[in-house]
Amino acid sequence: MAPAPDSVPGTTPVPATAPARAPSAAHSAFVYRPTADPMTAATWTQRRVLVTNLRALYGRAYPRLIGLRREPSWLFFEVLLPFLTTSAFVFVYRALQAPPEYIGFVVLGGAMTAFWLNVMWMMAAQLYWEKDQGNLDLYFTTPISLMSVLFGMAVGGLLSSCLRASIVLVVGSALYGVSFAIQDWFLLLAVFFLTLTALYGLGMVLASLFLLFGREAWHLSQAMQEPVYFVSGLNFPVGQLGMLGALAISLIPLAVGLDAMRQLAFSGSDAHTGTPSPGVEALMLVAMTVVFIGFARFMLKRLERMAREQGKLSVRGG
Amino acid sequence: MHEDAVSATNLPPAIDMRGVRRIYKAKPNPVTALAGIDLHVEPGESFGLLGPNGAGKTTLIKILTTLLLPSEGTARVFGYDVEHQTQNVRRIMNVVSGGETSGYGLLQVREQLWMFSQFYGLPARDGWRRVDELIEAVGLTEQQHQKVSSLSTGQRQKMNFARGLLNDPWIFFLDEPTLGLDVSAARSVRELVKQWKAAVPGRTVLLTSHYMAEVDELCERLAIVDRGRILAIGSPAELKHRVQAESIFRLELDRLEGGPRALAGLPGVVSAVTPTDDAGAAADRQTVRVNLTLADDSALGSVVIALGALGSHIVALQKSEPSLEDVFVELVGRGFDAEEAAAHATGLPPQPSVPPPPAEDREPAEVA
Repeated sequence: MAPAPDSVPGTTPVPATAPARAPSAAHSAFVYRPTADPMTAATWTQRRVLVTNLRALYGRAYPRLIGLRREPSWLFFEVLLPFLTTSAFVFVYRALQAPPEYIGFVVLGGAMTAFWLNVMWMMAAQLYWEKDQGNLDLYFTTPISLMSVLFGMAVGGLLSSCLRASIVLVVGSALYGVSFAIQDWFLLLAVFFLTLTALYGLGMVLASLFLLFGREAWHLSQAMQEPVYFVSGLNFPVGQLGMLGALAISLIPLAVGLDAMRQLAFSGSDAHTGTPSPGVEALMLVAMTVVFIGFARFMLKRLERMAREQGKLSVRGG
Repeated sequence: MHEDAVSATNLPPAIDMRGVRRIYKAKPNPVTALAGIDLHVEPGESFGLLGPNGAGKTTLIKILTTLLLPSEGTARVFGYDVEHQTQNVRRIMNVVSGGETSGYGLLQVREQLWMFSQFYGLPARDGWRRVDELIEAVGLTEQQHQKVSSLSTGQRQKMNFARGLLNDPWIFFLDEPTLGLDVSAARSVRELVKQWKAAVPGRTVLLTSHYMAEVDELCERLAIVDRGRILAIGSPAELKHRVQAESIFRLELDRLEGGPRALAGLPGVVSAVTPTDDAGAAADRQTVRVNLTLADDSALGSVVIALGALGSHIVALQKSEPSLEDVFVELVGRGFDAEEAAAHATGLPPQPSVPPPPAEDREPAEVA
């Protein structure tokens, strides 16, 4: 967030007769942090700006984490139902007597589906939904960057999706007897982390676009869901798609990340022909992260300006 | 100016708007929401904006709370430009609107307030402590563990009020804060506003309302707004004086030798007459009623002395004042009711009976 100018033209700060703020016990609820005058209250250090934005991030993640505990229906809709799809592919591969690592590919893809669902259906629609609830206006009136709010949504969604993904991975691996062959743990974890940063960076971009284009973007997202699932290679190695797979890898963080993770988690498998090495894919993910988060930041600044100019982006129903 | 403001004379104006216009693009013609507003509010004042729906009150508040940009003109809050020094403004103000349904239904009241405390950078433990204090202050202790979605309208507005105080604002914008509340809940919200303001000198309130009595009760000064223009500014007493220069008293006496004419010639008495609605009832009653119009309140002393000399005893004395609604009618030429009736006559009900179409299906409302 750019530092706000702190000077107030034409005034002398802290006048001798400035109102003294002496809290009394009777009024303690109505007096929190006594400041000598409004100018002192409005002047923040860079450190305070940063700390406030970090706290806002945590604050916005909080409802997601509470929701995880308070609304257990996610176990059914976001774990059990996707797990059935994963299981279906496991049985297909078994019936076709595919190499055993294919079962692992499907289980890994099923685990990563949790993140993709979270980005597509929670993250992307979040700002639009916040506007509809009347929250977006309130966010705009607080002294934080909207990026903190988006990061908070991302972190909250990411933590809850991690839990869902872990359940699918552990249960799926145990149930279907997946055996991993990991040679480079460090790179695997790095790729996993980079996949998430790039994916949630994309989610932040989508959130801005959804707010800007509203229902049209929602329809587009619905229309694109299955094609994106397909080219992401959630249930098969994306290299099997040839040129289309290569294109998907260059555009979709999930496709890149999943391919790299499969290469690293099942080393020695010959199912990865036609895709870059995990190291190259990790670099692609770094680039995607930078581009997506940078673009999201640009979009949010632009959106806030448009909201203030046009008066329709933040206003509920407007 | 309020006495709190006197101690803060070295501060910049709490609100300083100059030539502010705001135009929304709309089909078939652009809508001018604010048509050149000049407004000056001192630190420590409680200032009201009174006007019917569509007068421009909310647009004005949205500009001051950094949600909208003016199409023309400048607006400053405690010296900070709302367009260019946005973050400074946001650090010292807060806003609560009537009918606000913000937040997350699955959170409890305490959790929701704590979440908002984080947006103002309160340390986590401080945040919980502050939330607990505010919950107690606004009277939501029993509901603190209740889900937000289960609160009544009045309870919800108390929670919104607590949210608005989390950051200890220097200026508090209240946009129709008691809209839709019952009498008791509305009174409770007004009391909270008074208590909050009284706690620290220099705190400023800008209140918009179309409830005359609310503005009269809470505000030291007010502006009457209609169709994007300020028609008059002053204290409630000053504005009432505009429509009624003289003082009018209703007197009830045990007897009056010579009738009202006995008072008519006294110094400062403009007229003394029997109320027109009293003629039939007078015969059944043992008292005498007189409508007394005085040049000013000070003439009342000579009337009381004269009544003593005439052997009359005052049974009741009531000063008759115009209401802010009288002021509004005088300035605008119609009442608030007429405004709403006109809306009905044109087939535009104030609240749609069916849900509005999705935002994308409506006419865009963009600035010119």
